[in-house]
Amino acid sequence: MIGSGRWSRIAFAVWAALIMLFLFFPIVIIMLYAFNPSNVQSWPLSGLSTRWFSSTWHNTEVRQALWLSLRAGLLATGVAMLLGTMAAFAVDRFRFFGREAVSLVLVLPIALPGIITGMALNSFISFNSLTFSLLTIVIGHATFCIVTVYNNVLARLRRTQSSLVEASMDLGADGWQTFRYVTLPMIATALVAGGLLAFALSFDEIVVTTFTAGAQNTLPIWIFAHIRNGQQLPQVNVVVLFVILVSLLPVALAQRLTRDTGVLRSGRGAPAPGPARATAAPAIGAGAAP
Amino acid sequence: MNGAARTRVSAALFRRPWLRAGLLLSGPTAWFVLIYLGALFLLFLSAFWSVDSFSGKIVHSWTLTNFETLFKVSAYRTIALRTIGIAAAVTVTDIVLAVPFAFFAARIASRRLQAALFVAVLIPLWSSYLVRVFAWRLILAKEGVLNWFLGQVGLGSVNIGYSNWAMWIVFSYIWLPFMILPVWAAIERVPESLIEASADLGARGWRSFRSVLLPLILPGILAGSIFTFSLTLGDFITPTLVGGAGSTFIGNVVYQEVGISNNVPFAAAFATVPLVIMGIYLLVARRLGAFEAL
Repeated sequence: MIGSGRWSRIAFAVWAALIMLFLFFPIVIIMLYAFNPSNVQSWPLSGLSTRWFSSTWHNTEVRQALWLSLRAGLLATGVAMLLGTMAAFAVDRFRFFGREAVSLVLVLPIALPGIITGMALNSFISFNSLTFSLLTIVIGHATFCIVTVYNNVLARLRRTQSSLVEASMDLGADGWQTFRYVTLPMIATALVAGGLLAFALSFDEIVVTTFTAGAQNTLPIWIFAHIRNGQQLPQVNVVVLFVILVSLLPVALAQRLTRDTGVLRSGRGAPAPGPARATAAPAIGAGAAP
Repeated sequence: MNGAARTRVSAALFRRPWLRAGLLLSGPTAWFVLIYLGALFLLFLSAFWSVDSFSGKIVHSWTLTNFETLFKVSAYRTIALRTIGIAAAVTVTDIVLAVPFAFFAARIASRRLQAALFVAVLIPLWSSYLVRVFAWRLILAKEGVLNWFLGQVGLGSVNIGYSNWAMWIVFSYIWLPFMILPVWAAIERVPESLIEASADLGARGWRSFRSVLLPLILPGILAGSIFTFSLTLGDFITPTLVGGAGSTFIGNVVYQEVGISNNVPFAAAFATVPLVIMGIYLLVARRLGAFEAL
């Protein structure tokens, strides 16, 4: 049998360890570079210091970019939570023409190559003579964030029984009361998890953003521009450390909130391995995006 | 709204499921049809338009000039072939890296180790894409970690920063979790008894893998390859940051045509290349059952 012999098990284990090393090594390295005391970006570092942290914190460009990223992320998350929940309810509760296509369409913005989504939105914006602004960034981000909320909420809805809603109606609650006191509490954590993931997705998105932002910089665009021009690299490193931490925090929280559906594993495209698979969302094309 | 009116509204909605479905669908549908699908369609149309060389304005009359340029100018052919070639190389690399790992994770590792490995695959998947590309730019640079390490073990130094080799490594790294997860799920679904039967019938490890396991996990591999292939095809950040002089991708040309030359029709025409390739790829993948593994 494959992998039954002692040596083959060891070989597989070594391979897995190497893959782990490969996956984490760059992340550790880039985090260390934030503590590089020197202006020169070479290895080995001459020491470890936090001397660039304060100047980065007081850099107005960084602050503006961070502020724009936060606003864009929050607004896009809001739109995505609303539209994603609506779509999830429609798909879960009703049978209608094109129902099978909903998941596929929602995932398109991140399943298609980023430049295509970006260019399409770009031509939409110029065709309608909109000004490139916070609004256009939010339109772009919300479009590809909807799918994360949709996947999370749909996974939760599939695990809840519609009899609870019927019971609530039988007891005299109207539609709003049923939604407020029965349905919403059931989906609340999944909704929040979807929102967190949407925010994480929005916060470090760059390809679509370059096509939908005007002159302003979101944080990733600021980083990209400065890496390319080789300017202020020590501060870039500090911002990068911050971005890693900020983008992982929502994901960690979301994971705790959705232990039941395990949708996180499928939230970004790939299907769910592991024991939760049987009950997890059948994440058709659950989407993938840088 | 008072209580009675609210009850009437919810009763009316309750009696008309199509109305409820319609209301729920209106928002997402309007958003997607008006903004996204409309935009995609517009993009496709504009590939058949052209730009007036004097005024720089888009001329809305049908022409195939953009596609002719694509086929005739050898530079564009080279760029398209390079993009497709590297996307294919990255896909193959990720399959080779992911399958043994996924096998270990799904079949050999203990329950607790499985959970830990799972989180460990998710962390890179969700940490910033740009940041990880930047990390490799520093690692592969002349004064980077790689050359320092090679120097330490006495292997001299390599100069692969800013080259197609660098792009190959970085793309393989970035998309690896997208390959691991579907393959892992596919291996987990293969019944143990089939592999046992194969062993009972005398197949050794490699034979069992090739004749039993591989055909069964092929849909999972294909599902992963959709991501690795598609995401590489449409990228321009990695070629910009770690590519060299001869590393232009379709995405770079598209980005320049839109952002600098303002020639949206030509950019749209070039962008249809990855779009068409992915279309064909998805059709083939669906025939082979990859969608069930997504």
